[in-house]
Amino acid sequence: MTARQIVSIWLPKLAIERWEKARPDSAAAPIALVSEGTHGLVIEAVNAAAQGAGVKAGGRFADARAICPELAAQPHDAEGDAALLERLTLWCRRWGPWSALDGADGLLIDTSGAAHLFGGEAAALADMTARIGAAGYSARAAMAPTAAAAWALARYADNPGVHLEDVAATLAPLPVAALRLDGATVLLLKRLGLKTIGDLAAVPREGLVRRFRNRRDPAANPLIRIDQALGRAQEAIPALETEPPQRAFARVAEPILHVSILLPVLEGLSERLSASLRKRHRGARRLGFEAFRVDGHVARLEAELARPTRDPAHMTKLFTERLEGLEAGFGFDAFALTALWHEALDAAQPDLSGEVADDALLAGMIDRLVVRLGRRNVRVPEPRESHMPERSVRWLSAVDADLASPPRAGPNRTPRQLPLPFHQRPLRLLDSPEPISVLYITPEGVPRRFTWRRAQHEVVRVEGPERIAPEWWREKSTARLRDYYRVEDEAGGRYWIYRNGLVGDGRGGAPDWYLHGLFA
Amino acid sequence: MFHVSRLDPRAETAPDPSLDGAFAPCLQEIFPGPHPASGTGFALAQLGACDRPLLWVQERTAIREGGRPFPHGSAFGCDIIHVAASNAKNALWAMEEGLRCKALSAVIGELWGEPAALDFTATRRLAVASEKHGVPAFLLRIGGAPNLSGARQRWRIGPAPSPPHRWNPAAPGTAAFSAELFRSRTRAPASWTLHHDGAANRLDLAPEAGDRALGESQAG
Repeated sequence: MTARQIVSIWLPKLAIERWEKARPDSAAAPIALVSEGTHGLVIEAVNAAAQGAGVKAGGRFADARAICPELAAQPHDAEGDAALLERLTLWCRRWGPWSALDGADGLLIDTSGAAHLFGGEAAALADMTARIGAAGYSARAAMAPTAAAAWALARYADNPGVHLEDVAATLAPLPVAALRLDGATVLLLKRLGLKTIGDLAAVPREGLVRRFRNRRDPAANPLIRIDQALGRAQEAIPALETEPPQRAFARVAEPILHVSILLPVLEGLSERLSASLRKRHRGARRLGFEAFRVDGHVARLEAELARPTRDPAHMTKLFTERLEGLEAGFGFDAFALTALWHEALDAAQPDLSGEVADDALLAGMIDRLVVRLGRRNVRVPEPRESHMPERSVRWLSAVDADLASPPRAGPNRTPRQLPLPFHQRPLRLLDSPEPISVLYITPEGVPRRFTWRRAQHEVVRVEGPERIAPEWWREKSTARLRDYYRVEDEAGGRYWIYRNGLVGDGRGGAPDWYLHGLFA
Repeated sequence: MFHVSRLDPRAETAPDPSLDGAFAPCLQEIFPGPHPASGTGFALAQLGACDRPLLWVQERTAIREGGRPFPHGSAFGCDIIHVAASNAKNALWAMEEGLRCKALSAVIGELWGEPAALDFTATRRLAVASEKHGVPAFLLRIGGAPNLSGARQRWRIGPAPSPPHRWNPAAPGTAAFSAELFRSRTRAPASWTLHHDGAANRLDLAPEAGDRALGESQAG
């Protein structure tokens, strides 16, 4: 297994840069962002002019005023900074699948195995600082095998960068403060004469263990911190999660072997998932039901919904029928119902007569059809711009089609299907045109008799041809034009047949005939 | 263009005054022979323009033999939801599921031949669901033969030579069907030739010559 690659990004001037970005026309006067402390205003961040005058973050505003009399105070917005950092952290997932907030001015990204997508580790790191810089924030980024080492490099190294090999040597010249120790511990180490991480690492381990054995807090125990930095101890860092997954889980004491007992469990899960969705004003669009078998097998069912729902009865019904198909084996002892995909859904109430809205009924029916027959088998036609009959309709899955959208409902709706004003089209179209043998007087003339599915049809009346030329922008050059005829046989059957090609059009032999549609 | 129009019970040419109420939502079984277009047209004509979607269930064989509904070919008054069922059992289940949904204007089902799943119980379930929820159901039995069924009306529909085209005598005219009602709860069996009247946007019913049942009805 290759080593992990953790990137730590430090945004040292996040607060002041955000403040300046919001006020592009602010004067170059010295400004300090202050917050209310126990003993008066405390400086949180300073701009370049104030820094030039010797004002430092962390001090009191009154003291800074003594050094720089023209220093102006502006309120510091910690919540706004945190929200920005959170957005940045999520945005940084473009470089890796996992990212986490790191204090008030830093973030961590796991780019293990992803760096080659950006041209290697060094290029990825350069890309990060460049892009964050383009967004208007100065950043220092470092890559190391552990989060602690990356943190130290980003903040204290002279040239932070990629340090995946020999981390101990890289960290050695850094001050002990780079180990994320609290002030008292740093001071203590300083008094002991241990100024750098290298000094600390040179001390025999037993000595450190004895000296700090009462300190459980990692921030006060340099031994724990050095182990974390060198990857000798694991450190748990929770990833930034925007939303918890919508999932209901149930465990049963006795493994369930019979489907009939499974139903109440499913109902309970639906109720709980529905309550959780309601709290967040969400509705499920895709549901997954998992049944965990005693012997390590997991049975899964999935259902898609035409519109968001959190009706527990409907959710239960989607799976009820398919529970029969689950292989129980030695029995199921744990179950989970997950909203794999959910959308915003506001509370609605039935109208005064207690009727459920039409579109809700329709969506429920589509869901049930899709669950049993599959989404490819429940579809709605949608017109497309094409002259070719078989290409003029696209069949969309009914789950995706928005059947209940308001403009289409009611008498003033715009029809989904528009009749062609001049040409007659058949009521039914065969999936693929069927070859027929046709008797005609001249090669270019109208058909007189044709045989389709071994039955002979005498053409009594005929209208045509309606010529449909091949769509040269999407077809091969060998596609032939079609002459469509509307014919009626002696029994009154009306058919749509066409002659494929012309004599001597240079695209194959003699023209052949096909039957394509049936008129009412 | 086959205009979908309502089968108007009050048309002057309607031979049977008891047509009133004959087209209340119920299960109609339609036998269109091997080519189902005329049966489809007959079912759609009864629906007229509707503002709710139409559920169209087809068995695989029915799709292969008779094609799919072609939206450009008819000003269907409503959106279609098309279901392709792998066998007759699933098709019947989908039809029943649709009939329980009041948000549909009608359910059209197409079965090929005589599948084993289509027994008296199956048709009776459809008939009851249709009447209970007020959704008309049309069961097209392509290439099927009439056997025991719970359908309230059973029709044999076939194409008929069309009336002369208005502008071009050599061309096929508007749609015409021969319709035979051979079993009904409410009316005596009879035969008609249905002509589509484009101007009035309705279907005309003309009695066939020598129709005994119809003669009795007119006499009485």
